[in-house]
Amino acid sequence: MKTIIVDETTEKRFRRRSIIAFIIFFTCIGVAWMSWKWLYNQPLDNSIRGGIQKPLRKVLDMNMDVYSGLYSTQHLVKEYPKSMAAPKARVNGNVGMDEDLFDTTSWKLTIIRAAGDTLLLTLNDLKKLHKIDVVHNFKCIEGWSQITWWSGVRFSEFAEKYKLTKECQMKFASLVTPDEEYYVGIDMPSMMHPQTILCFELNGKPLPMDQGYPLRLIIPVKYGVKNIKRIGTISFHNDRPADYWAERGYDYYTGL
Amino acid sequence: MTKIIHKHKLPTRWMHWINFPLLTIMIWSGILIYWANDVYSIKVGNTIIFKFFPESFYKALNIPYRLADGMAFHFSFMWLFMINGLLYVLYTGFSGEWRYLIPDKKSWKEAWLVVLHDLGIRKQAPPQLKYNAAQRISYTIIIIMGFGSMISGFAIYKPVQLQWVTMLCGGYESARIIHFILTILFVLFFLVHIIQVIKAGWNNFRAMVVGFEIKSEKINKDENNNS
Repeated sequence: MKTIIVDETTEKRFRRRSIIAFIIFFTCIGVAWMSWKWLYNQPLDNSIRGGIQKPLRKVLDMNMDVYSGLYSTQHLVKEYPKSMAAPKARVNGNVGMDEDLFDTTSWKLTIIRAAGDTLLLTLNDLKKLHKIDVVHNFKCIEGWSQITWWSGVRFSEFAEKYKLTKECQMKFASLVTPDEEYYVGIDMPSMMHPQTILCFELNGKPLPMDQGYPLRLIIPVKYGVKNIKRIGTISFHNDRPADYWAERGYDYYTGL
Repeated sequence: MTKIIHKHKLPTRWMHWINFPLLTIMIWSGILIYWANDVYSIKVGNTIIFKFFPESFYKALNIPYRLADGMAFHFSFMWLFMINGLLYVLYTGFSGEWRYLIPDKKSWKEAWLVVLHDLGIRKQAPPQLKYNAAQRISYTIIIIMGFGSMISGFAIYKPVQLQWVTMLCGGYESARIIHFILTILFVLFFLVHIIQVIKAGWNNFRAMVVGFEIKSEKINKDENNNS
């Protein structure tokens, strides 16, 4: 700390400097406030359903580039012993789960390989594949988490078995409920993660209705919102498919 | 006779004032996120002493049902908050300003004397350079806290790709608690800071804006200024 003793004229100079500094200070506060207002009042990225300010969406998309750079299929989600799994998995969200409109007997998984080229599969077809367990800490975007035990078939193995190699070279998968009320878009590297499963069992028993009977997605590298319940249709795209919560202002990537 | 005391360097002042709105935005958007799963409270036995947060608090700040909003702001402004914090650490380190900031051997003992003085129990304040002992300790801790918020933040944000960071924080749930407690401490720091700035008076506040204090002979006898 430097201390100097000054005469009256120098003191006046310092007092003037002080005033100028305060003018700059208040100007900066004004600019900061106006920038905030500007950002806050920017048009939303989805005015029909609500959403977030367009510049924020841009940053979230930039974040996606940053974090998909961190992503590796080698990074496995921590697994727990089955005994630690919650006896009753929490149910959160029922969009696309209207039971009255859903016919369990006629359900088939629809895979759209290309326009007009679809594959229809029953639950038994899936059960013929190698079944694996995933016991992980299921994380909701709201902030809670719960250790849960799911079983099903690896999506990557399923894709190989049904010769979807070409489709899986595209950038995104779209998964939609039979009534098309709920839908998610997921980047392909996350779909091909070894712990991403087409899941038909919870705690060793068939999925309950409210957990997405007969088939749901369990994708531990994403928040719960992407773990779509009751899959009706899966298709493949290079452009981002529609995503229910992204349309409501959430990050599209939501990778953990 | 008038003294000019050069106190805060220009980069320090800029980064201090830039940090203020950034931290405010981070805390505000953090509360928007926390609301969606507001499970923390202070309990003695089974009795809830204080719930984070009361409904009236949420309502007054227009918090409810804005999780998406909160995440968008939090994960956008975190970059600016981190960059500003990092620049401050680098500047303080390379400029040598850290010498005034990092607590030295005397600081731990002297800090008590400062606190006693501030509470009006002890008349004489210990001698100081730029910062007194209590300031050295708290201004150093606040930087460590900022670092802790960043680490625990990443632990919650990317618990799979940055699994080792999450483990460092004692797991996912524990990281969220750490992140929350640090935020509460930031707010408490802020409150004490404001009270101290008001107590220390105009000359001290002005130095944070213009960089120097102006002291004329008469005021010279009263050397006590802390914030």
